[in-house]
Amino acid sequence: MKQIHVGSIIEAVRNICQEANFYLGDDVQRALEESLKIEESSTGRTIIEQILENAEIARKHRVPMCQDTGAAVFFVELGQEAQVVGGDFTEAINEGVRQGYREGYLRKSMVNDPLIDRKNTQDNTPAIIHTCIVPGDKLKITFAPKGGGSENMSVVRMMKPADGVEGVKDFVVDWVKRSGGNPCPPVVVGVGIGGTFEKCAQLAKISLLRELGRFNADPRFASLEKQLKEEINDLGIGPMGLGGRVTALAVHIETHPCHIASLPVAVNIQCHAARHKSVTL
Amino acid sequence: MSSKIKLNTPLKEEEVIKLRAGDEVLLNGVIYTGRDAAHKRLLDLLEKGEELPFDVKGQIIYYVGPSPAKPGTPIGSCGPTTSYRMDPYAPALMKIGLKGMIGKGPRGKEVVEAMKRYKAVYFAAVGGAAALIARSVKSSRIVAYEDLGTEAIRELEVEDFPVIVANDVLGNDLYEEGIRKYSRRK
Repeated sequence: MKQIHVGSIIEAVRNICQEANFYLGDDVQRALEESLKIEESSTGRTIIEQILENAEIARKHRVPMCQDTGAAVFFVELGQEAQVVGGDFTEAINEGVRQGYREGYLRKSMVNDPLIDRKNTQDNTPAIIHTCIVPGDKLKITFAPKGGGSENMSVVRMMKPADGVEGVKDFVVDWVKRSGGNPCPPVVVGVGIGGTFEKCAQLAKISLLRELGRFNADPRFASLEKQLKEEINDLGIGPMGLGGRVTALAVHIETHPCHIASLPVAVNIQCHAARHKSVTL
Repeated sequence: MSSKIKLNTPLKEEEVIKLRAGDEVLLNGVIYTGRDAAHKRLLDLLEKGEELPFDVKGQIIYYVGPSPAKPGTPIGSCGPTTSYRMDPYAPALMKIGLKGMIGKGPRGKEVVEAMKRYKAVYFAAVGGAAALIARSVKSSRIVAYEDLGTEAIRELEVEDFPVIVANDVLGNDLYEEGIRKYSRRK
């Protein structure tokens, strides 16, 4: 059995915490450059130009693209033939977050309890960790920091099976309309359809990890992604909600089988930085 | 779009009333930072009739919680946070002389009305352009509520801070008008 020491997990997490916050993804960079060609609003173009210039400054000086360096969300795939040794796995992730956020001068945005105290934990822990056991002997860790502005514009709705494709489309488009400029458009719209209440929310978030420019493997859902993107861009929300042609860089749908009585749908919106970074040990 | 307008703080009323939604502005001078927790404390002071930690007359409050400053730099990345969370507090501050707010996202009806009544404007900064905006900040010092960390009230000296007028004193709202202009929905 392959052994993976917690020390290497801490180091890997520390690094991806910083990389995800400093460097705009190549796919996102390309999508933003493309959007500049489409955008008709001069305010909108000014905004996209600032976003691209910002990414350049962040990359060059290794500073966060956005001051909101997010809640530390992780998706972990642990191979069933790998064994974590030398300490506590969850604590290793948290220690990586602590070190990465401290040494990278990233903002600490977590409060200890959500309702009463709301005291900052000062080190951006605890991380939110979703773990899945998979075949093989590798450990894949994906870090997807999520800012408050875009995360707050998220929703789960338990729809009726009779609502069908049109019902789901209307729900998603209306939700993006209501969110307006708040989630920092141009956005990536993550849609989870099916599963259960919690599963569809997770699917929506996982869909945000997909490379921009790739579509759902099922052509029916790929087509729905394209239709939704067009309808969303017809809303006119535009960059930062000040009006324009480019509201969504992409719409990503992930699905899961569900109960005969159910049609759960979740929308999780991602800002234009679309931050995520993976490492495999 | 017209060329960029340079403005110095504190803002004079005759300058503020000339601004129109859609104008691109470069701000210069001193501005103050404050977001959720600081606003709550400011309003608690007002309710008790106590003095605020800084004089808001003619001033601008920037809704921001910066990331920590790297050694040798005045501030970390510092883009705007979403403004609607400050809506419940904004009219009371305009009433005592606040002339400008900087943030991102649309404001509620009461805030838009208060801007008309008290002759104040709302500037949109580009959300996520935090490293770029940081370059406009020449110095930073904490004025109040150090215990709030990133949410403390800071006095920032800015040079050519790029913003867009989103709401003006006539009640124009770029969030509504811009979207209406580009919407293709029936």
